[in-house]
Amino acid sequence: MTDVAESPAVPEVERVVIRFAGDSGDGMQLTGDRFTSASALFGNDLATLPEFPAEIRAPQGTLAGVSAFQVQISSERVSTPGDEPTVLVAMNPAALKADLNRLAGGGTVIVNEDAFEERNLEKAGYVDNPLEDGSLDGYTVIPIPMTKLTQEVCADLDVKPRVAERSKNFFALGLVSWMYTRPTEPTLDWVRQKFKGKEKVIAANIAAFKAGHAYGETAELGSHMVSIAPADLEPGTYTNINGNTALSWGLVAASQQSGLPMFLGSYPITPASDILHELAKHKNFGVRTFQAEDEIAAVCSAIGASYGGHLAVTTTSGPGVALKGEAIGLAVILELPLVIVDIQRGGPSTGLPTKTEASDLLMAMYGRHGESPMPVVAAYSPSQCFDAAIEAARIALTYMTPVMLLSDGYLANGSEPWKLPDVESLPDIDVTFATSHNATNDDGEPIFLPFERDENLVRPWAVPGADGLMHRVGGLEKADKTGNVSYDPENHALMTELRQKRIEIIANDIPPVEVTGDPDASTVVVGWGSTWGAISGAIRRLGQAGTGVAHVHLTHLNPFPPNLGEVLAKYDKVLVPELNMGQLVKLLRAEFLVDAKGINKVMGQPFTAAELEREILAHIGEG
Amino acid sequence: MANAPVTTKKDWATDQEVRWCPGCGDYSILTAVQLMMPELDVRREDTVFISGIGCAARFPYYMNTYGMHSIHGRSPAFSTGLAMARPDLDVWVIGGDGDMLSIGGNHLIHALRRNVNVNILLFNNMIYGLTKGQYSPTSEVGKVTKSSPYGSIDQPFNAVSLALGAEASFVARTHDMDRKHMQETFKRAHAHKGASLVEVYQNCNVFNDGQFDTITKRANRPANLIDLIHGEPIRFGVDNERGVIIDSSGNAVIVDVADVGEDALVVHDEYREDPAVSFALSRIAANPYSPTPMGVFRSVDRIEYAAGATSQLAAAQEAKGPGDLHALLRSNPTWEVD
Ligand SMILES: Cc1ncc(C[n+]2csc(CCOP(=O)(O)OP(=O)(O)O)c2C)c(N)n1
Ligand code: SF4
Ligand SMILES: [Mg+2]
Repeated sequence: MTDVAESPAVPEVERVVIRFAGDSGDGMQLTGDRFTSASALFGNDLATLPEFPAEIRAPQGTLAGVSAFQVQISSERVSTPGDEPTVLVAMNPAALKADLNRLAGGGTVIVNEDAFEERNLEKAGYVDNPLEDGSLDGYTVIPIPMTKLTQEVCADLDVKPRVAERSKNFFALGLVSWMYTRPTEPTLDWVRQKFKGKEKVIAANIAAFKAGHAYGETAELGSHMVSIAPADLEPGTYTNINGNTALSWGLVAASQQSGLPMFLGSYPITPASDILHELAKHKNFGVRTFQAEDEIAAVCSAIGASYGGHLAVTTTSGPGVALKGEAIGLAVILELPLVIVDIQRGGPSTGLPTKTEASDLLMAMYGRHGESPMPVVAAYSPSQCFDAAIEAARIALTYMTPVMLLSDGYLANGSEPWKLPDVESLPDIDVTFATSHNATNDDGEPIFLPFERDENLVRPWAVPGADGLMHRVGGLEKADKTGNVSYDPENHALMTELRQKRIEIIANDIPPVEVTGDPDASTVVVGWGSTWGAISGAIRRLGQAGTGVAHVHLTHLNPFPPNLGEVLAKYDKVLVPELNMGQLVKLLRAEFLVDAKGINKVMGQPFTAAELEREILAHIGEG
Repeated sequence: MANAPVTTKKDWATDQEVRWCPGCGDYSILTAVQLMMPELDVRREDTVFISGIGCAARFPYYMNTYGMHSIHGRSPAFSTGLAMARPDLDVWVIGGDGDMLSIGGNHLIHALRRNVNVNILLFNNMIYGLTKGQYSPTSEVGKVTKSSPYGSIDQPFNAVSLALGAEASFVARTHDMDRKHMQETFKRAHAHKGASLVEVYQNCNVFNDGQFDTITKRANRPANLIDLIHGEPIRFGVDNERGVIIDSSGNAVIVDVADVGEDALVVHDEYREDPAVSFALSRIAANPYSPTPMGVFRSVDRIEYAAGATSQLAAAQEAKGPGDLHALLRSNPTWEVD
């Protein structure tokens, strides 16, 4: 097999968007992931959108069981997984039914013909076979008996029929790799690594992959072949990374940069569990992970570890944050560093566990009783989860406060190429434990005041073991400086104000917002979190079409960057796209008295750039 | 932690005014602990008291050590995190029956089964003190309180049975009327590596006065307090005339020694791996109104949780070397763009 990526005869296109869809058991996530990896290694820019059902084994062949993976690969910079796929790989009727409406008009459908038999058609709710009834007219349909062809090439391999059958996703992968002139070696290497020790599985998968690859040529699908040149990325070393891995590594980096061992208290929940899984691997970094009995115990154990002088982290999703609320309030009044990671998902309640949404912002801001202000940081792309994690830890440790770090299901599972940072250039996080008394009492004896404050209103961090610094912390209101229990009205007012001010002060230590897009336009789009990719894409296209729009993207949501009010005041229109019913827009209106307007989507899916392009234009058109 | 400087009770007390009701059993527990600490050969700096919420849970404010008065029910979880992060510390956990067995019941059982190295003192007054007298998860059926004017219909927990069922490696019971017994029991809990649970019968003289009198009043002890002494047949009574046997169904039954003979009595064995006999002993009295065992029910060795976690860290470092962030970032396939 030659590496057709170099063949000059193949026409070149700038970008393609491919969607792999099949039953949960068909291995579509793996197929998409491998295609992505090969494309990343080839040098394309890309962004992915894995979408899977909440059920582990939803009834086979049903719409509920459809698992899909969409990827956009390009020779230019991309920031989203694409508006509409141009190619849909459908491994069964349910996948076709669920995802056909996403396909661009005139797009290509590659189907596993073998799966289109009566029972599967029925399960998908088809009365007639869509491959025969003309309903796919207007699309280019490539029906292939993938199951049969895979079984044929496996016939001589002495593998069980089930193993052969399960390799059909590699047939699809081989075919698509051929169509897009992907290098094949990375995939074959991966198969050999991944299934080491299971020689028959390796043989079957490789045979299926090669058969798919060869099929393109023998079936004369050459007219479908295109190549996508490597993107013009900044020089450097790259890896393909998803948000949860980047976030985990960011936390490890924060532990290294602060010199503090990390403690993670967590309870499994989609889509946050992978952070627990990832960090549990890195014990040689001194990372202690604790799978607690529930989210409350998870956050409480982390606060205990923080009191003991560790970089304390708790990771969860929205329902878990709701449970942690009381303990986070304790961390606020104790003034102990803690990073709370919320990988948001569709809500309320169990909601859409595997789908994305960004509707926990107001909970992050206000989801505790009493006046309990807390910094909020939001990641905006999969790879940027790394920096966001370091930033959240930096604020927590520097300012002795719990910090909420928001990500979401889309960032968590979506991936993109990441130019690896130089480890030497990562910011140092300066942590100094108190080691001596900091005041004298009326008799002139040295004493320790645990709630004495520095110029930033930050109290000292004295950890158990420190000589002579014994002190008690607790949830009852504490007297200024001494931290002793106090019910004094004036003192409560003072402490409430101090707790508020010490969070506001952090604004001096976060970068001012930068305006991108067209800063001189009269409309500004203000985003936060994972909408960054779609907003950037929409604004780029609007700009190319002659409509200038400014873009401000917030990573610090509490406190806001110091110049935000001033920047917003410059624009006639302020538009705020959010994957919720309008949460940041409320904060902006309340804080800056601007007539900000929301663009909202709560469908468990990210915005596409096309959607936002339309919406923004419509708002501008309203005059 | 050894070779701690010589201290006295005064060194272990804070300057904070103790604010329990006059006559509350919590005072005698505090005194017992403050008097005991100087005998443990530990530094105040290495000692942490963690509590939840309730009258009992005010305890840390009065100990001149490190301490945390946390939130209702969660002290076992806070202390688990601290004990894992800092195995060098001596961690004590204080809470009431509501704190530990109602809102915090889940955390308690998990701390016990994991065998985290903490000493849990459960002050059981069979009532909610701080919230002014509602029935608690240890209150007896029929208990009339403000929230149960027609009597409680809840089956109570037996803290010792619960702890034994939760795989606790050390379980004991003591009471606020006997300082020496408290101190001996607390010292045993402290010496135990792993989670230790000590139930302390504690009189709430405001909302549940005299609840334990049948057992703990000096005059009543001979007849009703069954002293568990390792290696000895379980006997009690004004004339030591009664004893405990295990019957053919495995139940612990009180008998007259004269009827069965001394050899038929159970010989108490704290170190028995199988908790069945300890459990049977914990069932002798459903309420503290009839003869009730006191002392160490169970004390067995099992891997301590933080030690387990620490050895995994050490093994990982041994196998992979100390963490290398540069290498971690390159642990998935990478490519170069020039
Ligand atoms: C989340 C929460 N719920 C309820 C309370 C109110 N509350 C405080 S202490 C307590 C029960 C105290 O009973 P117990 O634990 O037996 O302690 P005691 O006061 O008897 O020592 C309750 C219900 C609280 N502080 N926090
Ligand atoms: S209410 Fe009861 S338990 Fe609480 S301090 Fe008063 S006497 Fe003690
Ligand atoms: Mg109580």
